[in-house]
Amino acid sequence: MIDRDQVRYVARLARLELSDEEVDRMAGELTAVLDHIATIAELDLDGVEPTSHVVAVENALRPDEPRPSLPRERALAAAPAVLDDGFAVPSPQA
Amino acid sequence: MNAPTELTAAQAARRVAEGSLDAAELFDAYRSRAAADTLNAFTWVAQEPRAPGGNPGVLGGVPLAVKDLFCTEDVPSQSGSRILEGYRPPYTATVVARLEAAGAPLLGKTNQDEFAMGSSTENSAFGPTLNPWDRSRVPGGSSGGSAAAVAAGLAPWAIGTDTGGSIRQPAALCGVVGLRPTYGAVSRFGMIAFASSLDQAGPITRDVTDAALLFSWMTGPRDPCDATSVAFPHAVVPPTRGDLAGMRIGVPEELGAGGLEPGVAERFEATLELARSLGAVTEPCTLPHAPHALAAYYVLAPAEASSNLARFDGVRYGHRCAGAADLLEMYTQTRHDGFGAEVKRRIMLGTFALSSGYYDAYYGRAQRVRTLIARDFAAAFERFDVIATPTAPGVAFPLGAKVDDPMAMYLNDYFTVTAPLAGIPAISIPCGLAAPVGGGPQLPVGFQLAGPRFSENRLFEAAFALEQAVGFEPPWRGVVE
Repeated sequence: MIDRDQVRYVARLARLELSDEEVDRMAGELTAVLDHIATIAELDLDGVEPTSHVVAVENALRPDEPRPSLPRERALAAAPAVLDDGFAVPSPQA
Repeated sequence: MNAPTELTAAQAARRVAEGSLDAAELFDAYRSRAAADTLNAFTWVAQEPRAPGGNPGVLGGVPLAVKDLFCTEDVPSQSGSRILEGYRPPYTATVVARLEAAGAPLLGKTNQDEFAMGSSTENSAFGPTLNPWDRSRVPGGSSGGSAAAVAAGLAPWAIGTDTGGSIRQPAALCGVVGLRPTYGAVSRFGMIAFASSLDQAGPITRDVTDAALLFSWMTGPRDPCDATSVAFPHAVVPPTRGDLAGMRIGVPEELGAGGLEPGVAERFEATLELARSLGAVTEPCTLPHAPHALAAYYVLAPAEASSNLARFDGVRYGHRCAGAADLLEMYTQTRHDGFGAEVKRRIMLGTFALSSGYYDAYYGRAQRVRTLIARDFAAAFERFDVIATPTAPGVAFPLGAKVDDPMAMYLNDYFTVTAPLAGIPAISIPCGLAAPVGGGPQLPVGFQLAGPRFSENRLFEAAFALEQAVGFEPPWRGVVE
């Protein structure tokens, strides 16, 4: 169960603007999905280790050999705004 | 002699090697077909091979359709999203570069659900792809463009990605072959990420032989650019086996909970009967936690997605909203404008599952269920060589039928989400046709085989033997335009 205030709170965490109409719809849709997900609450999971990754890979290292990096102009080529060889953004405190 | 576009990829590659087929003519034949695409399978089509002239390579210059989410240098790579509209990356994904180097030039980029989130290709910002068997129906998803292109003969073969079924389910719904490899067998470097612990690239092809050939050049040594990739421990062998003598096939008792359509259940049973006639032993097995896989998946995948998609912030590439008053508004408005409804839903679901107070109940529990599902498979593979299920619960459904009901759409993944959670490979092959519920022309049904990690050769052998016995009429030879 997730209500409209929770939807707004989670949207803030996700840096996602939602219209009032989207908030209404999202509350209903997420509740339906969470009701299905709630079935895993029934399982006895005591003592079961969590799996975050299915392959046992430890310290996947490669030789530390210098090589060219992406040229600055290539890295900046797709940026919406560029200033002084960097990515330009609006001020955090306008 | 058949038209070159009626040959399988392996047949075409052999004719190029023998000198009876010209690689440039083959490319042009497919290029014209792809450019005339009326299924909206392609989002971009090449004018010419990227490395023109030269040696056609071991893959004979047989052109390759590539799902939009693979980065391809200076070629649009948009992952089906408005937020990446027109984005041309400065580098190429490892798997695409390997295939191009082996002689499979880029034919075009194929349509997909936005960021691979969906089971119908209706969530693409660039419009839905149509199923070539019935244009009023979906091709499945998220790799629906790749599957439809191969089924309609617009491409000889294609690559897609599979997070919860996005190669196998569209392959099933379009009547072609799709392999989800062992996690780590194919580099993820240059794939625009959805859920990193589950995403895996694989082939979508006309037959099992083509799937083995394409996969053999997708995998190989570990990619230093992908720390989760692993060296494939075997040579990939072209399948030749005509029988299934000695093969032990487990059939999960938990199938019933998957909401199987009667026509699909009937084809599945008939294919098991064929397997027995080829010498296989089929017996019930149990995957006790499989009914909980979908719930675990729809916590874990959105959680990883909510983190991965944080990078789309309007700073370095893609869309940025106009006129934001400050940085925070720029982020939130850019993401509001750039993401579609399903992507927003998954970001919200994932952020919720990871948020303080809910993390243990959702994300933590889902990770533990994942462990149990992997253990279920490990136990089953002590008795069985492979596990068989239908690939999808039904045949292709009508466009729009499930788009407003997320839970109904997610249930399409019931049979496919278990393999990614366990990290094991699974293949889908066409096993015949069935009428849709409610009537209409007959549509393809997919048969899925899953095996232990790195058992791809075994899956190819079993699928090849069944493919010969099923005798599925290939769709690119006149069944569809």
